[in-house]
Amino acid sequence: MKKLFSRRGFLPGFGMTMGYTIIYLSLLVLIPLSVLFLKASTLSWEQFVGTILDARVLASIRVSILTSFFAACVNAVFGVLVAWVLTRYQFPGKRIIDGIVDLPFALPTAVGGIALTSIYAENGWIGQYLAEWGIKVAYTPIGIWVALTFIGLPFVVRTVQPVLQDWDLQMEEAAATLGATRFHTFTRVILPHLLPAIITGFALAFARALGEYGSVVFISGNMPLKTEIVPLLIMTKLEQFDYAGATAIATVMLVASFVMLLMINYLQWRMNKFDAAR
Amino acid sequence: MSIEVVNISKTYKNFTALQNVNLHIPEGELVALLGPSGSGKTTLLRLIAGLEQAQQGSILFNGEDNTNRDVRERQVGFVFQHYALFRHMTIFDNIAFGLTVRPRKTRPSKAEIREKVHSLLRLVQLEGLAHRYPSQLSGGQRQRVALARALAVEPKFLLLDEPFGALDTKVRQELRRWLRHLHGKLGLTILFVTHDQEEAMELADRVVVMNEGRVEQVGTPEEIYHKPANPFVYSFLGRVNLFHGRIQDGRIKLGEAEFEAEHAHFDGPAVGYMRPHDVEVSLHPPKSSATTAVRAQIERITPLGPFVRLELKRLDTKEVFEAEMSRQRFLELNVVEGGLVYVTLHNVSIFVENAPAIKPTRVYVPQQVSI
Amino acid sequence: MKHVTEPAYVRWSLIAVAFLFLGLFLILPLIAVFTEAFKQGADVFFAAISDPETLSAVKLTLLVAAISVPLNVTFGVAAAWAIAKFSFRGKNVLLTLIDLPFAVSPVIAGLIFVLLFGSEGIAAPLLATLDLKIIFAVPGIVLATTFVTFPFVARELIPVMEAQGKDEEEAAVSLGASGWKTFWRVTLPNVKWGILYGVILCNARAMGEFGAVSVVSGHIRGMTNTLPLHVEILYNEYQFAAAFSVATLLAVLALVTLVVKSVIEWKTERQFEVEEEYHFDVSGERAG
Repeated sequence: MKKLFSRRGFLPGFGMTMGYTIIYLSLLVLIPLSVLFLKASTLSWEQFVGTILDARVLASIRVSILTSFFAACVNAVFGVLVAWVLTRYQFPGKRIIDGIVDLPFALPTAVGGIALTSIYAENGWIGQYLAEWGIKVAYTPIGIWVALTFIGLPFVVRTVQPVLQDWDLQMEEAAATLGATRFHTFTRVILPHLLPAIITGFALAFARALGEYGSVVFISGNMPLKTEIVPLLIMTKLEQFDYAGATAIATVMLVASFVMLLMINYLQWRMNKFDAAR
Repeated sequence: MSIEVVNISKTYKNFTALQNVNLHIPEGELVALLGPSGSGKTTLLRLIAGLEQAQQGSILFNGEDNTNRDVRERQVGFVFQHYALFRHMTIFDNIAFGLTVRPRKTRPSKAEIREKVHSLLRLVQLEGLAHRYPSQLSGGQRQRVALARALAVEPKFLLLDEPFGALDTKVRQELRRWLRHLHGKLGLTILFVTHDQEEAMELADRVVVMNEGRVEQVGTPEEIYHKPANPFVYSFLGRVNLFHGRIQDGRIKLGEAEFEAEHAHFDGPAVGYMRPHDVEVSLHPPKSSATTAVRAQIERITPLGPFVRLELKRLDTKEVFEAEMSRQRFLELNVVEGGLVYVTLHNVSIFVENAPAIKPTRVYVPQQVSI
Repeated sequence: MKHVTEPAYVRWSLIAVAFLFLGLFLILPLIAVFTEAFKQGADVFFAAISDPETLSAVKLTLLVAAISVPLNVTFGVAAAWAIAKFSFRGKNVLLTLIDLPFAVSPVIAGLIFVLLFGSEGIAAPLLATLDLKIIFAVPGIVLATTFVTFPFVARELIPVMEAQGKDEEEAAVSLGASGWKTFWRVTLPNVKWGILYGVILCNARAMGEFGAVSVVSGHIRGMTNTLPLHVEILYNEYQFAAAFSVATLLAVLALVTLVVKSVIEWKTERQFEVEEEYHFDVSGERAG
């Protein structure tokens, strides 16, 4: 005990809080999650591969990845724009806009889902005009993309914003004294500096979009092979009591999420290192 | 290239940063802008660079009006206090930046840029570090990269904001010497901001002392130290003793000490300023200058390496003041704390406070009072 | 400062684009919820939100939040204390593990509890002998909700506590304060806004969680229906006005969350600015 104190300083409570943290984490997160892998290990290889390589499953993976990717791309571009506008410019209503960016975090996804569906349905506020041009949004992959853009919107804004806030304006002044135009200053000095944050935000939005369920089910129409996303397919398998199938798909998805999580943590670690070296 | 600042004023919301500033910086000089925090020296530097806009006045480079020119077109080399190096670029790319962002027509070829950057790296003695990142360099090295980056665009002159402020003492000493050397080599006009009087004195050909948005005095280090124009400059440059007294019947009386007043044709309170090293301490009353000598008690003795500082209290006015002398002289005197001595006041500058104005004006040119 | 900003027309176009984007994706849906709710008049609205099934959904939602939020607050505080105030090996691994639930799809979060406690689950025999029902019952909903909201408080609190350092706690302990006293009198006042921030985000998610709860609830009306699930049921039964009416309750919750969050941010930002100004006075010369 004495050795422990000398090593960690003399504040009390490390053993208790650490013990509680580990136990709670294990009971609520680690053990339940390992059950999934335990269940997956009881499946035979043929069963596993057969489930994954099923045309419907592959189609849903394709839909999920593509719509999530495009949603994250749009969020990367507009997220930087919104973050820039919010940190660099003064305009009326700025505080409200800044607050509303987090709406997708605060609004239950089901509510977001039905609201977007009502807007983009063929008789909706926007859907009716798009329908005139022959564009269908609700019940198509475009609808899924809209929902995923909605739920992923805050991520890039909220990762880029603090970096912009801490940004040293003298860098821009230095570029100006060296004769650089605003465009050059942005593309060559500011953007490279924001890049790690943009990638992190992109990855967070992408990961969130892959797993999203609530907002998508209403707008997607859930047509197998066309507008069915992976989480929905897991749900369907569960409702059919096909636990093996659900487990197989979930395992693949979970592994993919873990890889992304590690990547995000690595990026953030790199970002911190970059900043620490300042 | 010479710089001319004509009647410049700059105010922020409710703060006057600069007030009717006039300044001429001749070509090829190394000039220091010296002043305390908030004196407006950095604002003046940024105005010359074009990083700020003045409300009034103009700025001329070699007689050519540059007041409304954009910072990008002024071609000044600016070194920021914390260098503002581009963190994601290598040293090479940092130095090359100003050349690579030029429009295609005037942009040098890749080979020319490489040649230029390498010659600059040689100049700042950082050869071999071209592919490092700023975070991998020491403070002094970063400072030199910032200089090389500013020099790459062949500026008309160099502006440096607190160039050595963020460095430790030893590196600072080295860099000062190196900058002095560089100035001799390039013959470029260099203007730098500092709040460190020693730095200004050591480095500059000419020092501009600033306070509260005004230029208090411009002169060589010798001039501003030995002939300070006003009490501010006097007390800002080194330690100073203050004696309160009055001017009466054409004579200045500071307690029992009396001086001839040459230009004072009025009566009123006056303040005498003098440097501690001009206080002469002796054990016996000096014969020839009895009127400028007073008695004092030694309150405290502080040895400071090669010299010794005495804290003294005048017996006549009870004013506390300092005297500095060589260790040699101190040993000769052989005094102890509590002992009584005679002090002779040399080189006293008298300034009269013409109430209600806060700024005293100078009426008395320091005179040499010999024993 | 014109050299570090853009010409006015560029500025205003960028602001306009930002407004358009946020308007289209955020503000319009929010308005839609309220308009759709009142489309068939206030009567339908009030009938929908005073319906017994709605009220029981409200009750269940509040109950679930009342259990899962305090659980995660306790965990968050304990974890933040251990992680921010001590150094130990494997800290980064622990941080990644705490983040895990963020990386797990809500549907999978529900699935793992079904695999654990469901009729074919690993713990099924044990639950049968104890005559306990977790899946398709309230405990399952609480478990799934606690799982998905697990990282919220810890994630907000760890950086705040790390930024505070441990000087003040060490000073308190060296002055003879006990561990608990130190925590209550020194640490807690310093991090209260951080905790509140985590709590409101955690609460918003707990009350609004849909996917995970949907898997474990069994959709038993008046029994295991939370508000978001009730919205889904009404919507799927084509009772659109009623569905949106119930949704307004959740939308108001979201708006309150955003307002409280902004107020906290504003408060802490101001605190920070005061410190900055002080710093500026001591060493700064930028303005001069």
